[in-house]
This record gives sequence, C-alpha cells and structure tokens, in this order.
Amino acid sequence: MSQLTEAFGIAIRMIFSGDPVVYSIALRTLLIASVATLFASMLFVPLGCLIYFGRFRGRRLVVAFIQTMYSVPTVFVGMLVFLLVSRSGPMGSMGLLFTPWAIILGEIALIAPIITGLTISALQSTGQGLADTAAALGASRGRIILKVLSEARYAVLTSLLMGFGRAVSEVGIAIMVGGNISGYTRTLTTAIALGVGKGETAASIALGLILLSLAMLVSIAVNLMQNRAG
Amino acid sequence: MMILSLKNIHLTRERSSILAGVSLDVELGSFFVLMGPTGCGKTTLLRIAGLLDVPDSGEVLFRGASVPRKGRERLGVRRKMATMFQDPVMFKGTVFSNIAWGLRIRGCSQRETALRVGEVLELVGLEGFEERDASTLSGGETRRTALARALVLDPELLILDEPTTSLHQSFKRELLGRIKEIHDRTDMTFLMATHDFTDALAVGDTGAVMRDGNIEQSGSMDKILFSPRNRFMASFTGMRNILPAEFCASEALVRDLSIRHTEEKSGHGFLAVPPEVIVISTAPTVTSERNRFIGIVRSITRNGTTWDVELDISGILLTAAVTTGALDELGVSPGSQVHVSFKASAVHVF
Repeated sequence: MSQLTEAFGIAIRMIFSGDPVVYSIALRTLLIASVATLFASMLFVPLGCLIYFGRFRGRRLVVAFIQTMYSVPTVFVGMLVFLLVSRSGPMGSMGLLFTPWAIILGEIALIAPIITGLTISALQSTGQGLADTAAALGASRGRIILKVLSEARYAVLTSLLMGFGRAVSEVGIAIMVGGNISGYTRTLTTAIALGVGKGETAASIALGLILLSLAMLVSIAVNLMQNRAG
Repeated sequence: MMILSLKNIHLTRERSSILAGVSLDVELGSFFVLMGPTGCGKTTLLRIAGLLDVPDSGEVLFRGASVPRKGRERLGVRRKMATMFQDPVMFKGTVFSNIAWGLRIRGCSQRETALRVGEVLELVGLEGFEERDASTLSGGETRRTALARALVLDPELLILDEPTTSLHQSFKRELLGRIKEIHDRTDMTFLMATHDFTDALAVGDTGAVMRDGNIEQSGSMDKILFSPRNRFMASFTGMRNILPAEFCASEALVRDLSIRHTEEKSGHGFLAVPPEVIVISTAPTVTSERNRFIGIVRSITRNGTTWDVELDISGILLTAAVTTGALDELGVSPGSQVHVSFKASAVHVF
C-alpha cells in the first residue's frame, strides 16, 4: 500500500515538474487524435450530410448499420488496418506500419461511424421544417444543406468531440499498428498498458491521470456543446 | 392573366391517393383561398404550388409557363414565390437575422437589407423587434415574423398555409386583418389555405373547396357561399336545414311536404332553408310568403346571440333562428303549436 502511495506521489511530482517523457507522450497522443479527428471530420461530416439529404433506397438500413458500428472493438479495427498496411497488404508499399500515420488511419476508421452517425442525428434533430423553410425562402439545394448544418453546428461539434474522445482513449489500434515505439508511436494508452507490466508504476499513474483529465475535459466540452445545441 | 395554374395534379403516398387530379387557377393579384376540412390535401397541394414537392403527374404553370420538375429554372421560379407554413420554424438568432436571411442569400446589400427589414417589421406590426431572440417570441409574434420573412422577399405569389390556426380568437382576427390589408396595399397575389370558412370569407375574393384530394367547387367567394353545388358544399359553408328532395319545376317534395322555391330543377337533389328566414307566429298571419306550414316546437336552445327553435313539421325537422326579444314576444315553449312560414326565394336548391 505504501508503495502505491509513494508511486502516486512521484506521479504527481512528474506531472507538476513537467517531466519531458510524460509530456511528450501526452502531446503526441493529442496530436495523433487531433489529426485523426480533423481528417475524419472532413470526410464524414459531408458523408453524414449526403446520407441525410440523399433520398435513396435503404437509407434507414445504412443508418442502422452505422449506429451499430459506434462500438466496434478497437482491436478489430487495429487488425484490419494491420492487414491493410503490413508489408504484404494492399497498402504495404507505403511503409506505414508502426508509424503514427498507421495509428491515425486506424483512428479515422474507428471514429468514422460516430461522426457520420451523430452528424445524421444532429441534422435530423433540426426537423424537416427547417429545410422546408429555407427552400420556401428561395434557397438552392446547397444553401439548404449549409443552413441546416449551421443550425445544427453545436450538435455536429459534439459528434467531433465524441470522436476525439474515443480516439484519445483507444489502445487496440495504437498497440497493433503503432507498436509503442518510444519517442515515435508511444501514446498515453500504450505507454500505460506496457508500463504497468514493466513495473513503471509511477510513470503509468502519471500518464493515467493525464488521460483521465483529457477524458474529463472532452466530457465537459460535450456537455457545454449540448447545452448550446439544446 | 393567371399567375399560377395547377393542371391535373396527382399524388399518391403509401398507396393512398392524396391528390386525385386537382386543377385550379389563381388569377394575378387575387386573394385565393383554398378551403376544406383538415386532411383533405390542402397542405400537400400548397407544397406542390410552392414548388417544394413534385407531384406524381400533372403540371404547374407560373404566369402561363410550365415549371420544370427540377433544375435552376425551377429555383428561379421558386424565388418569385414565398411560402409561410402552418407552424413556422424560426432560425436560430434574432428576428432581424431571420427576416434578412432570404435577402442575404439573394446577395442583397446590407443597407438595403436593413431598410427592407425595417419596412416589413412595420407592416406586420413588430417595430423595434429587430434584436429580439427569435426563440423567445410568442405564438402570434412568431407568425408575424414568419409573415415578415416571406414578405420581405417581395414575392409575386405569397402562399400561406393556415396562418392563424392555434392562435387565440382575437389574435386570429388581428392577423387576418393585417394579411388582408397587406394584400390590398401591395400587388402581390395571395394563396391561402384554411379549414375555416369564416376566415376564408373574411379575406378571400376567389377560392376553391377541397375534399378527399379533389376540388369540390371553385369560383368567387360569393358563388361558393350562395350557390353551393352539393350537400357537402352546403354544410361546409355553414348552411343548415339541408333536406333531400324530389324536384319538379318550382316545387320540391320533402317526403310529403311540398316546398316552393324559385329555381328550375328536376329530379333528386337537396334544398336548404337558412334558419334566419324562417318566421314563427302563434296565430295565422297574412303574408306573401309562399311556404306556410303548421309545426310543433321540439326544443329551444341558445346559439350565440340568438335562439335555435327546432320545429317538427309533419315529421320533418327545421331549425329557426329567433332573437331573444322575438322569443319573449312569442311566448312559446316545447310542445307549442306554431305557424311557420318562409319565402320561396330564400330556399337554396342544389
């Protein structure tokens, strides 16, 4: 027990003294998750719009499938990305395996359903009346979509935050395709997962506390957004 | 000159026919009222007229030219109209930003936008509301903001879907009065849907009555009011004492009772006797009225400011409207025998 208290003490000191190893890992994690969320938002917010405004057969089935994929296991995505980027895979020649880009690729895939699905819900929550009103005032189809998206902006931002939260805290992809290479692909989650096993208790606790604070910040931001969206 | 014509519009949703070949013409500058009970297809037809939906078949003509089913040209025509929905949705933001939006997407300058928004706010009686958060408006204010949002575009055709439903009676009258006034002061054509015939009469000059996805009757409001084409129309326009009859020249037989009228009609049909034209007396009077009967008072009930006296004339029930003063003078009660008379020219035949 005293060992644990001691480790906690060291962890707190590491955080407040600005331990370079701890902070470089935290910063890298943030960077990887941010880049993944940025790319995912550029791809999947428009896809959500396309699915919501597109009047095609089987739309409800597509939406149901996307919602099912919200909780896809991270190791499953990790495995797919691994098969994709490993030397013998279709993207093998790009040499992405065990680079941060592999993790980013995996995280984009991981949060794609959340961002697409929650964007669709966000647009839906504005109601048909909004799009009709814009149309009745002379808006073109593109204008209507922009107007609805702008009215739903806080809910859409919430979907991005949720995606970011998931990307920051996932471990399966980062371990499988990142490889936990020190100073290169080591993230908060992989460092904790492997650090505890190696007896680096204090450092792991420090990293864990940072991860927890990040998760809490995201959750607070989501709450603020939802208040504005409401 | 017709500003809008709908030709043989058909629409089927989930295997049931919503519009079954509707045609109507809205004359330039008129106040056209689309009437009919709730669920008869008015809103669906307005959405097609406002170019928000496309019918399964049929044609929409704007100023005599057919409007294509999609594309830029259709948007161009849609921009000459504006629709105000039954439950207006406010955009997030201020009253000003709501009203200015339509102008903004048309690339209108800020100066002109501010000027025109100010003008329409005055027109709808919301001066000084520019900076109000649109989500804090009352029901009536929301309607007026929605009206201003449409009016500011200076549309050639303004479409209003039940603009006064769920408003309190006094606000309803006020808004209708304002709408009528705006129509009279501008050269816009108004196309309004309502299920309320009284509202329609208050504002409209021409109109059409719908039932189950069909037009029952269209024409001037006077014609619709005074010459209902059939029994449905008669009850829709609030006619009472509607009776099935066999017609033969200027005589109609309602069971064994012969009622005189002034129309030329033969065969089966209906007649209606407005309650206001029925005269009741306790003693036979010398009158020129050609319909004279003896009846029994069945019941007396209040109906607004007058009294409904239900009369049984050899098994046929007619209701007469009597003022409080006249009722006191008559001194009748249920069971009393009375003399009943009304003019032949007051009988509606259809």
